[in-house]
Amino acid sequence: MEFQKDARELRKVYCESLIEAAKKDDRICIVEADLMGANGTKGFAAAFPERTFDVGIAESNMICVAAGLAASGKLPFANSFTPFATRRCFDQVAISVCYTGLNVRICGTDPGISAQLNGGTHMSLEDMAIMRTLPGLTIYEPVDETQLVAAFPQILAHEGPMYIRLFRSNCENVFGNVENYEFKLGKADVLKDGADVAIFCSGLMVTRSLQAAEALAAKGISAAVINVHTLKPLDEECVLKYAEKCGAVVTAENHSVVGALGSAVAEVLAEKCPAVLRRIGVKDIFGEVGKLGYLEKRFGMTSDDIAAAAEDAIAAKK
Amino acid sequence: MLSNAESAMLAEKAKEIRKLSLRMFKEIGKGHVGGAMSIADLLSVLYFKELNINPADPKWADRDRVVLSKGHAGPALYAALALRGYFPEEMCLTLNQPGTMLPSHCDMKRTPGIDMTAGSLAQGFSASIGLALAGKLDAKDYYIYSIIGDGESQEGQIWEAAMLAGNRKLSNLIAFCDNNKMQIDGTTNDVNSIEPIADKWAAFKWNVINCDGHDVNAISEAIAAAKACKDKPSMIILDTVKGKGLPFAEGLVSSHSMNVGADELEAGLAALN
Repeated sequence: MEFQKDARELRKVYCESLIEAAKKDDRICIVEADLMGANGTKGFAAAFPERTFDVGIAESNMICVAAGLAASGKLPFANSFTPFATRRCFDQVAISVCYTGLNVRICGTDPGISAQLNGGTHMSLEDMAIMRTLPGLTIYEPVDETQLVAAFPQILAHEGPMYIRLFRSNCENVFGNVENYEFKLGKADVLKDGADVAIFCSGLMVTRSLQAAEALAAKGISAAVINVHTLKPLDEECVLKYAEKCGAVVTAENHSVVGALGSAVAEVLAEKCPAVLRRIGVKDIFGEVGKLGYLEKRFGMTSDDIAAAAEDAIAAKK
Repeated sequence: MLSNAESAMLAEKAKEIRKLSLRMFKEIGKGHVGGAMSIADLLSVLYFKELNINPADPKWADRDRVVLSKGHAGPALYAALALRGYFPEEMCLTLNQPGTMLPSHCDMKRTPGIDMTAGSLAQGFSASIGLALAGKLDAKDYYIYSIIGDGESQEGQIWEAAMLAGNRKLSNLIAFCDNNKMQIDGTTNDVNSIEPIADKWAAFKWNVINCDGHDVNAISEAIAAAKACKDKPSMIILDTVKGKGLPFAEGLVSSHSMNVGADELEAGLAALN
């Protein structure tokens, strides 16, 4: 199974969507911490210089300045690399953004192993885990250009804080092939139905999960592939439906297996519908420098790893 | 210049803030007494002279904003809000009781008149910069009044925010440093001195004003001087005494958080009366 690359980098889609929205909505502004070039938001700064607040290399201040803007009725988008937009300023996100329930959008770019040559220091494998602990925070990770464009009106309309986890470059396109695709925040997308195993996946791991399902089909195994683009609130109904149907579950995420999608699904299964679970992601170790092809093999995140985990889960079914 | 009558009224209101705060602490048995008492005179000048606010419409879009970044002094602010008519004085006695609208540290979701949640130190000050930027962006003429502590100034985020406000020339931001010279573990000078405070703020491109924090005339004049400065944010450094006005707390490091029983209430009210 081959995927076409998106025409635009995802950060370009993000920036252009912001610019279009800002033409009609003067609440929209951006708050930056010296990473506009990397985040792809320079276009917004050029179009709306007065609504661009680059605080310099000071992420804690960035988050609280955004909170102050939101408390004044603005709709600020605060942008940085995922580790600096989350773990570096977690208390600020927790108190000034989530405890207050303010309308702040935090966008982290270069998630997980996509930090590649910036290496282990910049590789956020825990951002989704820590952010998931914050009450009232919505967490969304787009898969490709088509989905982000479909999601944008809901990103704007949402009441309350949101964390967006943004792959920077051109994604492999998945949702361009989905007929009449309708995005709904908080509602998982079933990309392929199946009966033997359910693969819940997010971000970078969606194409790899679809490839794994194809390989499994060649062996006569029917795998469902479900994109959990909204980690919080989790679409529990969908998780339960497929856990009951398949009895074997695999999660695949560009993140540590501790705390995020794998853990969220495990919590639902343990409490409501015990099923065999295998988790694909980084196995509780720190990241390291390298290109994507190396890193996904290094951390056991290839389509082959997903297929093997699926077979293992099926074999463990009672 | 305040008239003699205004000056006497503001001094009286400061006493009322102290007395009501003391009653609040007594009701729950303890509290952040020291840092509440040290800002009572400032709160009197703000709420009974300076602020352009409407207690009947706490979210009025054009109001002046107040951020108590040293959020642990919340009870003094609640007393000021109640005395100014935001909510009944009796409500103050629910401080920290189950389900209260008045938690130890300020919470904008709970309390009418609280413009920003604060308590995790430096965050409120940093959010004040966002409020000031929004005011400038919207070409509004309201002011942001932001209150930090001297101990709080040890937080790095204070200086991240200070640098941005100075560079952005946020003249609609008037900040106060409650320099009561004490923090939980000792005197600020012993723990980790922030001196020279005035030089630091000046170096961050702020208009710096030193002022007796327990003199309502001096505070009022300092605010007038801050408003006269049109190209910088202002930092008014208030020379204050922790626990001011209460004989069992004044000048004591232990007044940061202390027990308040019937004896303390009686002694405090007697001293204030």
